[in-house]
Amino acid sequence: MSAQNQQPVTPDTPVTPSAASFEPAESRGDARPVSFFRRFLSQPEAKFGLVLTGLVLLVAIAGPFVVPAWTGYGPTSYAGKPFQYDIFGTDNLGRDVLSRFLEGGWRLLLYSALATLLGVGLGTVLGMLAAFRGGWLDSVIMRTGDVLLAIPQLVFAMLAITVLGPQGWVLVVVIGVTHAPRVARVIRSATSGVVAEDYVLASQMYAVPQWKILGRDVVPNIMGPLMVEMGLRMTYSIGAVASLSFLGLGMQPPTADWGLMINENRIALSLQPWGVILPVVAIAVLTVGTNLIADAVSGASAGRVTGSARKDK
Amino acid sequence: MPTTTTVPKATVATAISVRDLNVGVHGGESILKDVTFDLTPGRILALVGESGSGKTTAALACMNHLRSGLELRGGSVQLHKGASRFFDQNMDLLTLSEKQVRRLRGGTIAYVPQDPALSLNGALRVGEQIHEVLRIHEFGRNSKQREARVAEVLEEVGLPSTKKYQRRYPHQLSGGQQQRIGIAMAFACRPAVIILDEPTTGLDVATQDLVLKTVYELTTKHDVAGLYITHDLAVVAQVANDVAVMLRGEIVERGPAKQVLYRPEHEYTQTLLAAVPDLKGARDMGGGPAVSPRAAMRAPWDHGHDDAARPGEARTDRDRAASSVAQTSDNEPLLAVRDLRLAYGPAVILDGINLDLLEGQTTMLLGESGSGKTTLSRSIAGLNGAYTGEVRLAGQVLANGTRKRSNEDRRRIQYIFQSPFSSLNPRRSIGDSLEVPLEMSGGMSRKQRRAAVADALDAVRLGRSYINRRPGELSGGERQRAAVARALVNAPSVLVCDEITSALDVSVQASVIELLRELQRDRGLAMLFVTHNIALARHVSHKLAVLEKGHLVDYGPTDHVLRNPRHDYTKSLLEHVPTL
Amino acid sequence: MILKRLGISVFVLLAVSVLVFIFTLLLPGDPAQAILGQQATPERLAALREQLNLNDPWYERYFTWLGGLLVGDLGTSAATGGSVNELLGQKVSASVLLMIIAAVISIPVGVLLGTWSAMRRGRTTDHTLTGFSLVLAALPEFVIGIALTTLLSTTVFQLLPSVTMAAPGTRVWDYPLQLVLPALTLVLVVVPYMIRMTRTTMLDVLDSGYVEMARLKGVPERQVIMKHALPHAIGPVAQVVAMQLAWLAGGIVVVEFLFRYPGLGQAMVDAVRIRDVQVVQALSMIIAAFYVVVNLIADVIGILANPKLRTESNT
Repeated sequence: MSAQNQQPVTPDTPVTPSAASFEPAESRGDARPVSFFRRFLSQPEAKFGLVLTGLVLLVAIAGPFVVPAWTGYGPTSYAGKPFQYDIFGTDNLGRDVLSRFLEGGWRLLLYSALATLLGVGLGTVLGMLAAFRGGWLDSVIMRTGDVLLAIPQLVFAMLAITVLGPQGWVLVVVIGVTHAPRVARVIRSATSGVVAEDYVLASQMYAVPQWKILGRDVVPNIMGPLMVEMGLRMTYSIGAVASLSFLGLGMQPPTADWGLMINENRIALSLQPWGVILPVVAIAVLTVGTNLIADAVSGASAGRVTGSARKDK
Repeated sequence: MPTTTTVPKATVATAISVRDLNVGVHGGESILKDVTFDLTPGRILALVGESGSGKTTAALACMNHLRSGLELRGGSVQLHKGASRFFDQNMDLLTLSEKQVRRLRGGTIAYVPQDPALSLNGALRVGEQIHEVLRIHEFGRNSKQREARVAEVLEEVGLPSTKKYQRRYPHQLSGGQQQRIGIAMAFACRPAVIILDEPTTGLDVATQDLVLKTVYELTTKHDVAGLYITHDLAVVAQVANDVAVMLRGEIVERGPAKQVLYRPEHEYTQTLLAAVPDLKGARDMGGGPAVSPRAAMRAPWDHGHDDAARPGEARTDRDRAASSVAQTSDNEPLLAVRDLRLAYGPAVILDGINLDLLEGQTTMLLGESGSGKTTLSRSIAGLNGAYTGEVRLAGQVLANGTRKRSNEDRRRIQYIFQSPFSSLNPRRSIGDSLEVPLEMSGGMSRKQRRAAVADALDAVRLGRSYINRRPGELSGGERQRAAVARALVNAPSVLVCDEITSALDVSVQASVIELLRELQRDRGLAMLFVTHNIALARHVSHKLAVLEKGHLVDYGPTDHVLRNPRHDYTKSLLEHVPTL
Repeated sequence: MILKRLGISVFVLLAVSVLVFIFTLLLPGDPAQAILGQQATPERLAALREQLNLNDPWYERYFTWLGGLLVGDLGTSAATGGSVNELLGQKVSASVLLMIIAAVISIPVGVLLGTWSAMRRGRTTDHTLTGFSLVLAALPEFVIGIALTTLLSTTVFQLLPSVTMAAPGTRVWDYPLQLVLPALTLVLVVVPYMIRMTRTTMLDVLDSGYVEMARLKGVPERQVIMKHALPHAIGPVAQVVAMQLAWLAGGIVVVEFLFRYPGLGQAMVDAVRIRDVQVVQALSMIIAAFYVVVNLIADVIGILANPKLRTESNT
């Protein structure tokens, strides 16, 4: 959070060349742009987001390995009577809450990550194709996207689960597919901005193969919005997977899962809140973390440098 | 003259005096350094400078307006007694309260913005936008008087004053009309001071001429003190009484227009003036005398090169240019366009174009935006394959579209884009971008390609050290040189330059033109130089082709066309173009 | 212009109906069997199939279903054998009530706070609001709902009922206190987005040349905002609001389930559990129709607020 030890962007000493050197072709070598990563890290949101996300990641990934050693109970073994109240206590069936909490994060993360990759991947390819090829392909892709957008993500997922059942791959596919049109819109507009640039036309002029143009000229120049979408879609994926589990339509008992835990334990919220609070806090911290990262990325790709640059007027 | 006039005529010697104005970026470098100038009723001061010189910042500071991110670091803007009807004493604008400043803005000090398309409110009718300014400053006694004033000021700027016209929205007007609405808005309250920020950017020469005349008339007639911001010295010569030249936030030279323009003292002013193209071709520009000169007339400041004492080198240059015309004119042209036509549905963009490019010669393709000049140059380069007719290279008909042309054909015709800010991929190094043409024509190892790129960078006088830099680290002029280098790596025989100097400052433009002329001399390139700036004609071209609405309306040796323009369009261009 | 938007909306709805219908075809098993159970006689099965038009080819069934939708007949539930209309009847009004309350509160709050934040750009209020909305916007609906429940009705304070309990024969609005938590949750879900998007839109407008020009004309700041800036923001802000209302339609599922609110969302979760496809289908169509209508309204507002688009539509 300490922005003081960050390098100031604008040098304190004005870059005033000597009065005689008004040569037009004067080099601006000193104006080397601050690298994207540095701009990203220079923002307080980025540091916050990385710390929060890192914490939850650590719990979710390391959790399953330390469960028996730490608590003495596996995620599905019984630790005593229901709703005992010592260190985090037990759940409605008498299972140890801490063990289930430690065990219950990685599936959520895995499914969300897969759904995000699928959604952003699909959306990027379609969005780039739509902008790059244009014409009827553009119309077909974007109109199909409009149709998908008309059904809210959660409702669409529920429709699919009704028919196909609450299985992991269904969650991943359906959430990924519903992300795709939203990602495609963003990527399409970013790509059409790049395609309108003369350097793409120059590559066309030199008869560079289309795939090379995409790889060299287009993709590197849409990395900003692409990474923002990654962060944003990850936030929404986590929300969607957790929500579905919470509704009892995602992970099924007796799996240890944060969303499902909240569903199972919320009847006893006033009696034994830990079974709800632990997973809720974890999900909250995680989504806030990823959202902060997405915001910092978007700030960095828009050229924002440090938080301290936004001085009061 | 209506009785509502509020500016007492010529009671003040000076309307506004700016003293030691210092402005900088928040916590960063300074933008203005000790800027000092006076604005006098009935006279126009031109504040001249290239991009980034701080001229707009200085102008806006006169209205106590700083764009976000800037801070005032000292100085004063004195509004003199009698200049405003609201205050009867001298006062420093920079110390006034927001409310007091607001009363002055638009009423006493008016502003005409650079781009009316952005500055007029698209959601309000144009009549209302003029009316608003009158209402706010309580001009006239009632709404009726204000309405009469709206109609009056519309006529003053040469627009229809009907109610129907006033009910239009900005998007229903042309660019020139929009700008005149902006000027009407500024003059509506009969201000004491008017600030014009490059108000003719983006207008064609005829419209520019009209706008300039309007501005000049209104300021002198109504005894208004004018501040005219521009980068164009030819425009300065048309409107300004006094000139102040800015360089990186400082005024380096000031004085009456005649003196500054014709007897410049500061080195920078001399450089700037030397870079201004001259329709008569009497001066040297772009590294040598005009290619197609008219007469032996020279400008008084163009010392060292008058006819008597001209170095032999320059003479041979001119002789050579003349002789090469004679030499190649009866040969088969290197590149020939025959009966080229291009239409999108019913919209005919180009029709019946016949054009020849000769080795070692430049043909200028002149036209305003929308004339089809870019389409024509792209058809020749193969970027636009939708044409009918023929483009022949050394007698051979080329395929429509670069991808259908052979490697060899692609190599021999190179095209340079208008904007150097768009034509180089910001994520790739200059070396990588410049290597592409070689990579695609094949036959060279990576090492050989790098060597060729380094040579090309040397040839455009950037130097091989630029090979690993990214476009973001280069200035506009440097980028355009890199783009020229990309066109050179393949040793082409035809170079198509599409408005390649229009995004650059005049001094940079001059150096790029110098480069092109040098390359043409060394390599015998045939060039098509596309531009909207007729003033460049004699400096660069052997032949001149004027394009209007898809037709070549005038075509021939430059000197001939300029002296005997056949078409009305060419005549109007020659009549309206501002000259020093 | 407006007619064109209307046409697009109709097309989107038709396409959605095809998509939703295709899902039923993917369902394994026989709906008639599902309704009647394992012990059903072949004769009764055949009779029900006839009644449900299951013997017709899929496209005929699609048109029968679509025809039903157009006249307001949502079909027959495969799980209960009853009419979907009957099942959903009261629940529609309960959900609509909840959404209207949430919308009426969140639209003015979101738009005003967003505008305010933009006008105070860079100051503490702006930073606080931006940071606050950035955090809130990240949270899934149920996290906000549970946080509110913990805070206001169980662990910390016990002020409000945490679940909706209605005696048979009564309506949700007979117990206004029970509406507070669900409505508040929905408001907190959509307001942060509205603040953020409205702020961005307003900043674009405030940075524009015409706003600078208005200031240089000496227009008082209030008028700059009201007369010069706001008209340009109406269209984009309407889009933002529409997007958030559509989001509400999805969010209501989780919120109703969380608070056991007897509305469409709750019905949807129940129907998915017992794989009652007809009900899910009907609900998806209702929600999609809501989305399309809200977007259409936003588009029309955008067109009417923009003289350029408006004058083009006249010619």
